[in-house]
Amino acid sequence: MKVGLVCPYTWDVPGGVQEHIMGLAEALIDLGHQVSVISPADDDAPLPDYVVPAGRAVPVPYNGSVARLAFGFLSASRVRRWLKEGGFDVLHVHEPAAPSLSLLACWVADGPIVATVHTAIPHSRAMHAAEPILQSALEKISGRIAVSEAARTTLVEHFGGDAVLIPNGVSVRKLEKADPLPGWPGAGGALGFLGRMDEPRKGFAILLRAFEMLAAERPGLRLLVAGHGDADEVLAKTPAWLRERIVMLGQVSDADKVRVYHSVDVFCAPNTGGESFGIVLAEAMAAGAPIVASDLDAFRRVLRRGQAGLLFPTGNAAELAAAAGQMLDQPELRAGLSAAASAAVRDYDWPVVARDVVRVYEAVVPAAGRLVVAPQ
Amino acid sequence: MIDAIVVVVVVAMVGVYVSWRAGRLDRLHARLEAARAALDVALVRRSSVALEFASSGLLDPATSLLLASVAHDARSAQNGHEREGGRGREGGQESAPERGSGQELPESDLTRALRAVFGQPGFRSSLNGTEGADELLTELESAAHQVFLARKFYNDAVAATVAARRRPLARLLRLAGGAPLPEFFEIEDSLVGAGEAGQGADMPHLTG
Repeated sequence: MKVGLVCPYTWDVPGGVQEHIMGLAEALIDLGHQVSVISPADDDAPLPDYVVPAGRAVPVPYNGSVARLAFGFLSASRVRRWLKEGGFDVLHVHEPAAPSLSLLACWVADGPIVATVHTAIPHSRAMHAAEPILQSALEKISGRIAVSEAARTTLVEHFGGDAVLIPNGVSVRKLEKADPLPGWPGAGGALGFLGRMDEPRKGFAILLRAFEMLAAERPGLRLLVAGHGDADEVLAKTPAWLRERIVMLGQVSDADKVRVYHSVDVFCAPNTGGESFGIVLAEAMAAGAPIVASDLDAFRRVLRRGQAGLLFPTGNAAELAAAAGQMLDQPELRAGLSAAASAAVRDYDWPVVARDVVRVYEAVVPAAGRLVVAPQ
Repeated sequence: MIDAIVVVVVVAMVGVYVSWRAGRLDRLHARLEAARAALDVALVRRSSVALEFASSGLLDPATSLLLASVAHDARSAQNGHEREGGRGREGGQESAPERGSGQELPESDLTRALRAVFGQPGFRSSLNGTEGADELLTELESAAHQVFLARKFYNDAVAATVAARRRPLARLLRLAGGAPLPEFFEIEDSLVGAGEAGQGADMPHLTG
């Protein structure tokens, strides 16, 4: 099948949607499909050969922050040309409600269009004002996919109708093997955390309390932290004896991120909510890290009710410390959890997820006819 | 006797002077209020025209959506400011002068979005020949220009009022009463990039 994918956000800035599209595109290519992605990007930006640049994205205020988007008649004509030259069987747009390329693609195309909604947007009055504008473009979408229950709810609330739930994928192939960072996990054991330290819902503060309890009894135990946040501010609040046993890497590259998963004895996901799927958790599973996670619905599902990782009552630092301590003491428990996680994550492996997406394509193509450029 | 007359004359002169200063302050406050009202009208008009543009069907849906969302945010902030002002007056007390901080950001965002949309090379010629486009463009240009002027005059009035109220006599005798100290309204209002338009330069026209 010839598939045209549309990315609304600039390709050279990392983000969840871009990563999703990259994973999907590569999995589809591996399955033998022909794929072209159009994305905002500079014309001279280094891009994979399946990505076509749609010109530089413009930073504009949107949804309370500055987003880099592609809009306007020039972007629209780029999309039109890409569609004309691509001769696709199906057009697959991502995040179609963002004022960028995906929405433009819905506008300029007619025929089989599939859309994936990634984010859950709270129903706001601003959205209400925009609904008539969105409606006419979004009406053309014949198959809708949501990556999470929360995203599906958003879609249903804003535009009615329903969507198929197909979770985010992880690339097990890219994650399963990596060398640990030098010196890790070390003889005294190591806990790991990945995510924004300053985002309360990621639960870093809970982990810090649990680590203090554990570290008091285990002299060699260390904590490895990767992710955005003010390290000095966090460390200033922790006692000095504890501080030197916490290693903050800050924002890390994709390659180092994989190595972080392989560098710890216990990977902690102490989130307190808001995590619709838990891509970090799925990545840690793909890397075969022994996991202890909050007892959130989404985590419980991904971790097979505790078989593929221990669960602790959300927000409870003492229970987290107890579970992590148990894992540190029992290597055979860790090995068992690691194997179970590697097996469970196969459901989220890109080749599996991409096959589900192809089934959606196959469902819409015969009914929606040929993909054509809409008359202006 | 002479002494008494001198005292009376001095007291009378001081009285006249103080009441003249108070009257001046009062006039300044009236000018300030009028300038603020004019600024509010200009801001409302600008966001209305932007919304009209967004729903005109002249633009692609992505641009329309972007304009609609920033114009809507600006509109909500304007309404919030009006409500706040209204409530303050009913209570017999002016609202705290913190309103600016809530309104300035959405208005600047609207400016930035307008700049991004209308500053695209060839934007105007892409609309050439479309019915109603010229009228809307002219309307938007004039609304943006009005914001530029109204803000300049309002900030002038703020500066004059603040200076008058900072004078020792005004402070000592509390001539301004309980009125809050007015604040400057600081937004980006130029439709061309900050680098291109010097501070205080007149509002240039839209490019393209």
